[in-house]
Amino acid sequence: MTTRPILAALALGVGVFGASMAHAEVKLGVGGPLTGSIAAFGAQLRKGAEQAVQDINDKGGILGQKVSLSIGDDAGDPKQGVSVANKFASEGVKMVVGHFNSGISIPASEVYEESGIVQITPASTNPKFTERGMWNTFRTCGRDEQQGDIAGTYIADKFKGKNVAIIHDRTPYGQGLANETKKTLNAKGVKEVLYEGINPSEKDYSALVSKLKSANVDLVYFGGLHPEAGLIIRQMNDQGLKAPLMSGDGIADKEFAQIAGPGAAGTLMTFAPDPRRNPQAKEVVERFKAKGFDPEAYTLYSYAAVEILKQAADEAKSLDPKKMADVMHSGKVFKTVIGDIAYDKKGDITRPDYVVYEWKRTGDGSINYAGNQLTN
Amino acid sequence: MADFVQQLVNGLTLGSIYGLIAIGYTLVFGIIGMVNFAHGDVFMVSCFIALLLFLFVNAVLGAGAIILSLLIVMVISMGLTGLWGWTIERLAYRPLRGSFRLAPLISAIGISIFLPNLIQVTQGARPKPTPPMVGDVIVLFADGHYEATVSYKQLIIMAVTAGLLAVFWYVVQKTPLGRAQRACEQDRRMAALLGINVDRTISLTFVMGAALAAVAGTLYLLYYGVVSFSDGFVPGIKAFTAAVLGGIGSLPGAVVGGLIIGLVETMWSSYFSIEYKDVAAFGILIIVLIFMPTGLLGRPEVEKV
Repeated sequence: MTTRPILAALALGVGVFGASMAHAEVKLGVGGPLTGSIAAFGAQLRKGAEQAVQDINDKGGILGQKVSLSIGDDAGDPKQGVSVANKFASEGVKMVVGHFNSGISIPASEVYEESGIVQITPASTNPKFTERGMWNTFRTCGRDEQQGDIAGTYIADKFKGKNVAIIHDRTPYGQGLANETKKTLNAKGVKEVLYEGINPSEKDYSALVSKLKSANVDLVYFGGLHPEAGLIIRQMNDQGLKAPLMSGDGIADKEFAQIAGPGAAGTLMTFAPDPRRNPQAKEVVERFKAKGFDPEAYTLYSYAAVEILKQAADEAKSLDPKKMADVMHSGKVFKTVIGDIAYDKKGDITRPDYVVYEWKRTGDGSINYAGNQLTN
Repeated sequence: MADFVQQLVNGLTLGSIYGLIAIGYTLVFGIIGMVNFAHGDVFMVSCFIALLLFLFVNAVLGAGAIILSLLIVMVISMGLTGLWGWTIERLAYRPLRGSFRLAPLISAIGISIFLPNLIQVTQGARPKPTPPMVGDVIVLFADGHYEATVSYKQLIIMAVTAGLLAVFWYVVQKTPLGRAQRACEQDRRMAALLGINVDRTISLTFVMGAALAAVAGTLYLLYYGVVSFSDGFVPGIKAFTAAVLGGIGSLPGAVVGGLIIGLVETMWSSYFSIEYKDVAAFGILIIVLIFMPTGLLGRPEVEKV
């Protein structure tokens, strides 16, 4: 890849001497599950970063250098995630936006730390990601305990004295989130009637659903991603279990409602306030829509991560990832499509924000969460 | 009690699907002594064939004729998946038949990597849902708030499995094709000397196995309503386990093994922890194999002279 612009320049008879500065490129990697069962989320990360890079390049790049995007597919698998991280390191990538799953962002961040790469994840909410005292880990989303706290408080308030079951998919994200919610619930005096882990690679959850039925649950809290959440709801519907399901940011994709079928209506979900409705995001959202992509869920978080990297480099007047990280840790406020963002010393955003949504049937018959905020 | 009945229904349904896939493993192993590792992925391909056919047929016939649509889908899908089975045998296994023992096995693993990737490239990586079908249930009995139900879907799955087992058992035991298959199983060279077309018989066995996988695929689509390219692996492994548990080579054994695996999984999930259900299922397999090395209904291997 690096030789190509030079060869092109030679072929055109342009002096490599003068052109080399203008042709210098800064490499940005975006890693996520572009294939596999959660490819919908990978597409969000990728499209968000692509649009942001294009917008930055249109305005002259970062510190006069064009940004070139390198894309890595981790397929939602930690092993592939680490090999994507090594690929980025060997290509000379200096900054990474990714990954989606906490279980991938955490091991990948160690590769990035060694290779001097700064990483912003738009989606990994497991607390451990920023808890290990590393210089290079940041996120544009919140943390599971913030999300679990909102979910737990909501459940304790609305489902007091009812039977609540807690299910998780045994991944760092799913189990982490389920445990944070459980902690808040138990602290508020609600004891779950059932706590179970499921295998995410399976299709048959009928035994789980019967178990939920026999525990007479009024609410199922699920820590995990939308393919499993959708299947559980579908099978709950089949067995006539009417209790609603509540989950976190892992189900925030339209595909969830398609898999779950009509039972998706009434599902509760904690997620950040819809960034598409921010006034400062309006113009960017229109640019996405013009290309036929609805910037759902994490798309704008990914976009914002690229914006933050650019602003950090501008402020540091350097493309050295360590200097950029120092600027980010300094508490500087970054202006992004998802609002103003500042970081604490760990790399967490200082503005934790989660609200409870309900998936509802819309006018055109589809089921969606957009605009259905239950709390503020 | 209602919970037990409900889990019994769940387990029998799941076990029926495992059993149908397991028959494909058992037929092929019986006749050429090879574990067809690609069979789970042929099943997955059949799920996609069924999905595409269903969307098409349902659009033509309308949503009212869902049972008729499913029947048409199942028959066409059996034919098309059978064609896949035939092609795979012709291209990947037959050229290696005279070769050393492990060659077709490695070829099978190659096919089982090729098929999911093919589907991923051509159909996309995302799970493909259908609208929920045949949602009606029959309440078996109610116990306080708890209603044990069996859905029409579950009844269809169990009935189809029982019916097909009977049909295929008849084919293998009573028809000329079945006699040729059993002859090939006993001694391929002798069968050839007596005028049996061995290659054709083996091809037809693969077609039969694939056609049964297609039935399982259609039922899987009906029951779960969501398929993705990676769906061949887990059911494939479970069905293979079922075939070994029941005694590989035995048709009723495959279905019995499937039902046992399905029931152990659901009952363990119900009374113990869901996380360890696979440990329970495979634990049973190990215990059975220690005491009955040929499986529950398998015949002991006779040393050929």
